[in-house]
Amino acid sequence: MTQSLLSLSVTELAERVRGGAVPAVEIADQSLRAIRERSDLNAFCHVAEESALAAARRLDEQRRGGRPLGKLAGVPIALKDALCTHDQPTSCGSRMLLRSGDDGREHGWRSPYDATVVERLRAEGALLVGKANMDEFAMGSSSETCVYGPTRNPWDPERIPGGSSGGSAVAVAARLTSAALGSDTGGSIRQPAAHCGVVGVKPTYGRVSRYGLVAFASSLDQVGPMARDVRGAARVLEVIAGHDPKDSTSADVPVGDYEAACERGVSGLRFGVPAEYFGDGLDPSIRAAIEGVIAKIEAAGCTVTPVSLPHTDYGVATYYILATAEASSNLARFDGVRFGKRVEAPGADLQAMYGASRNAGFGREVKRRILLGTYVLSAGYYDAYYAKAQRVRTLIRQDFDRVFQDVDVLITPTSPTVAFRIGERLDDPLAMYMADVYTLPASLAGIPGISVPCGLTTVQDGRDSSPELPIGVQLLCPMFEEERLFAAAAGVEELVRAT
Amino acid sequence: MARTYEPVIGLEIHAQLLTASKLFCGCSTDFGKPPNSNVCPVCLGLPGALPVLNERAVRLAVRAALALNCSIVETSIFARKNYFYPDLPKGYQISQYELPFSEKGWLDIEVEGRKKRAGITRVHMEEDAGKNVHGRGGDSLVDLNRAGTPLVEIVGEPDLRSSAEAAAYMRAVRDILVFVGVNDGNLEEGSFRCDANVSLRPLGETTFGTRVELKNINSFRFVQRAIDAEIARQTVILDGGGQVLQETRSFDPESGKTASLRSKEEAHDYRYFPDPDLPPVVIGEALVEEERAAMGELPSQVRRRWVDELGLTEAAAQTLSQHPGYVRFFEGVRAQVPGLEPKKIANFMQTEVLRGAVVQGQRVSFSVSEGQLAELLTLLDAGTISGKQAKEVFALVEGTDQSPKAVVAERGMEVVSDAGELESLLRDLIARNPKQVESIRAGKKQVMGFFVGQVMKATQGSADPKVVSELLEKLVTES
Repeated sequence: MTQSLLSLSVTELAERVRGGAVPAVEIADQSLRAIRERSDLNAFCHVAEESALAAARRLDEQRRGGRPLGKLAGVPIALKDALCTHDQPTSCGSRMLLRSGDDGREHGWRSPYDATVVERLRAEGALLVGKANMDEFAMGSSSETCVYGPTRNPWDPERIPGGSSGGSAVAVAARLTSAALGSDTGGSIRQPAAHCGVVGVKPTYGRVSRYGLVAFASSLDQVGPMARDVRGAARVLEVIAGHDPKDSTSADVPVGDYEAACERGVSGLRFGVPAEYFGDGLDPSIRAAIEGVIAKIEAAGCTVTPVSLPHTDYGVATYYILATAEASSNLARFDGVRFGKRVEAPGADLQAMYGASRNAGFGREVKRRILLGTYVLSAGYYDAYYAKAQRVRTLIRQDFDRVFQDVDVLITPTSPTVAFRIGERLDDPLAMYMADVYTLPASLAGIPGISVPCGLTTVQDGRDSSPELPIGVQLLCPMFEEERLFAAAAGVEELVRAT
Repeated sequence: MARTYEPVIGLEIHAQLLTASKLFCGCSTDFGKPPNSNVCPVCLGLPGALPVLNERAVRLAVRAALALNCSIVETSIFARKNYFYPDLPKGYQISQYELPFSEKGWLDIEVEGRKKRAGITRVHMEEDAGKNVHGRGGDSLVDLNRAGTPLVEIVGEPDLRSSAEAAAYMRAVRDILVFVGVNDGNLEEGSFRCDANVSLRPLGETTFGTRVELKNINSFRFVQRAIDAEIARQTVILDGGGQVLQETRSFDPESGKTASLRSKEEAHDYRYFPDPDLPPVVIGEALVEEERAAMGELPSQVRRRWVDELGLTEAAAQTLSQHPGYVRFFEGVRAQVPGLEPKKIANFMQTEVLRGAVVQGQRVSFSVSEGQLAELLTLLDAGTISGKQAKEVFALVEGTDQSPKAVVAERGMEVVSDAGELESLLRDLIARNPKQVESIRAGKKQVMGFFVGQVMKATQGSADPKVVSELLEKLVTES
């Protein structure tokens, strides 16, 4: 068997399985073999060999029995390890969720329940082949802070794949799976998608249920799809989106026909180019690539207008106050009492158990953010930091509201640089935080965004030049305008491919 | 020189709302289940689980606030109160902080005949914590059955000036909450408990002294004793020229003293912030009106109506309005015998019926039915049986479904009101007791009781004492 099946798009693959042209077991087999063969990329922390094959066999029986198959029948999908699964361990990339088993080895936490998005994928016949690596508790932009070690970029294994959903992006880029779910709090789907040359969608806040996503920053977290083409991402989003009574922040807004929207293309759309996203710090080759896309959009007959989002500069500071504040509270449940890591010295008291467990369980970046978040919520500092950041968040949201009166879609770079080298920014948190400078504002505003591959470039790397590395273009739309986002993204994808 | 101090007291009351399920998940709120059986990913605080607000809890909370004369805030916010403790699975309690759903209420209390209106700052919703069970060998176990149970916290203004007022206030709040059907009033099981803030100031002073918080008081008696003990402690400190420290203390009923739990410096910084998992709570006018209607009459309103319209005494009205079940029973009997003086129902209920009544939260089980009591009181009122017999019949029908009428007939208990029979009995007695007759004639009416007693004895209680008295008076004066 060749591995050709994994080169197919999500939609093609599902149609072949539904039509009986390809047995699901064969796809599962190929995906599992590919994951094993590329274990050097460290994209997965758990491979669900048995349950994926069992699910595939059930699908094939179902088809033979003449029963209809779901929209993602036989499509192998990687799940970010922050999504709870009842039949696979969940560790969120953290030692905190590991506990020693009877066999003397450390095992991830076993959730008694499936995340809502996981339930929905299963119901549509997706093959959940494993859990993808990530930055610990989704805190990072490089997938280096994972307890299982760094994940590697398939374009250049010396480089990071982006993060925090790095394993998910790598699984799709390296054709280990056809699609993946990631989660995006400040860019954690879009930025790794850009660095790995795949499509990644951060839906509108409230579009997708967060039930069963281990929380980082509740007011920002969204689960979203990654795939090799826009249409594949559209189909996966259609499956996972929609109101969930288990998540009070999920919106009761009808899910659109995202796949059909992909047929519309860019015609008739008014594009806006925010000046603040093209300032200092933007890699010239990325600027050139985005400008190339803009030229094609104009050539296709769309209007392209320069716009301004004046509060963009405050995005990083605002984000790191609000996200860390929420995280400091969300991560309080990891206390060693009911699950995960517990470290107890004999005779030690409760406070000592808390301290020792959390000290052993959390990595440096997570500790840094818990401390920051605890500080900004403290008595006497709340107004100066948290309350003020909330007001700035409103200003950032209003920036978008204003420009969306005149344009339909914003077009920006996804990341200011291409994938950097492993280890390069680990000791420089500020440089790491700047990786998300173009993705954070949309997260703060709650609007949907997508990163679409738009070219390749090489960077000077000492005396050598790097291998070719992907560049992503980011498109942003108003709240719940995912259909428009997919129309624009599929159009841009087509214009880029046409070159 | 010892000065006189005025105590300033405010209570914070926690009352469990009578919902079938918890505040943010579908788990049962049943008390007394095996440890950790009423739990799910949400109330266990498992990774990824999210809260969903129980609408029933909001309704009951609104009803409680309305009953305490609070105004309802249309849009309120849930906040996280962050602290670590094993009985708090998420590491934070979901509560309301900056924007509670209700505020500015009041409550009338009465102590030794003096009426007083006490202010209520706010009523807010929050979830309860679980329970730590400290076992042998230093091990502690955690039971999370109670974690996530809906509570209202009722924050009182510092308007109370004595431990007696505090106890009266706590009782009044309990009665109201039980009355409007939001709480079972069960202090033993912890579904109603309070913290008391106590400070002293020299009499005449208007600024407050340093306050001490007394934690987790779960009885009316203890609230009074705890506050008295704290007043005594603070008085000694102030008289000695010392300063009261702001701190949290607990009351030990064994020693009758309060002891420090933590100082102001050790107090938690709860880092309250709006819970991003829960949208603002919007309480519409329609819901408020529905709950206002569901609230029905409050104990004070019932008492006023009974005294003003039915002629009940204040004491009787007070006793019979202690529980909504009593009120329903009284009104039920009254509806069945509309011609009967309500006072008579009230008297019989107070002396007989309440003795056999068992209160269990919202429910009261009576030893007789409303119908049985109505029938019995009709027999009594018609003179078919005497008051003494009524008590006997009551005792006979208690715990059975027998009809009082049938019991009376079966036992031949009809009152002997045959004037002929009674007259011959009395004439005989008068003839045999001339001294006593003389006393009555000389104006010693109380001696009449002797004759009535003798007749009752002779008729085995089946005579109507009223009829006997009247007949006796007639016979004594004419002979």
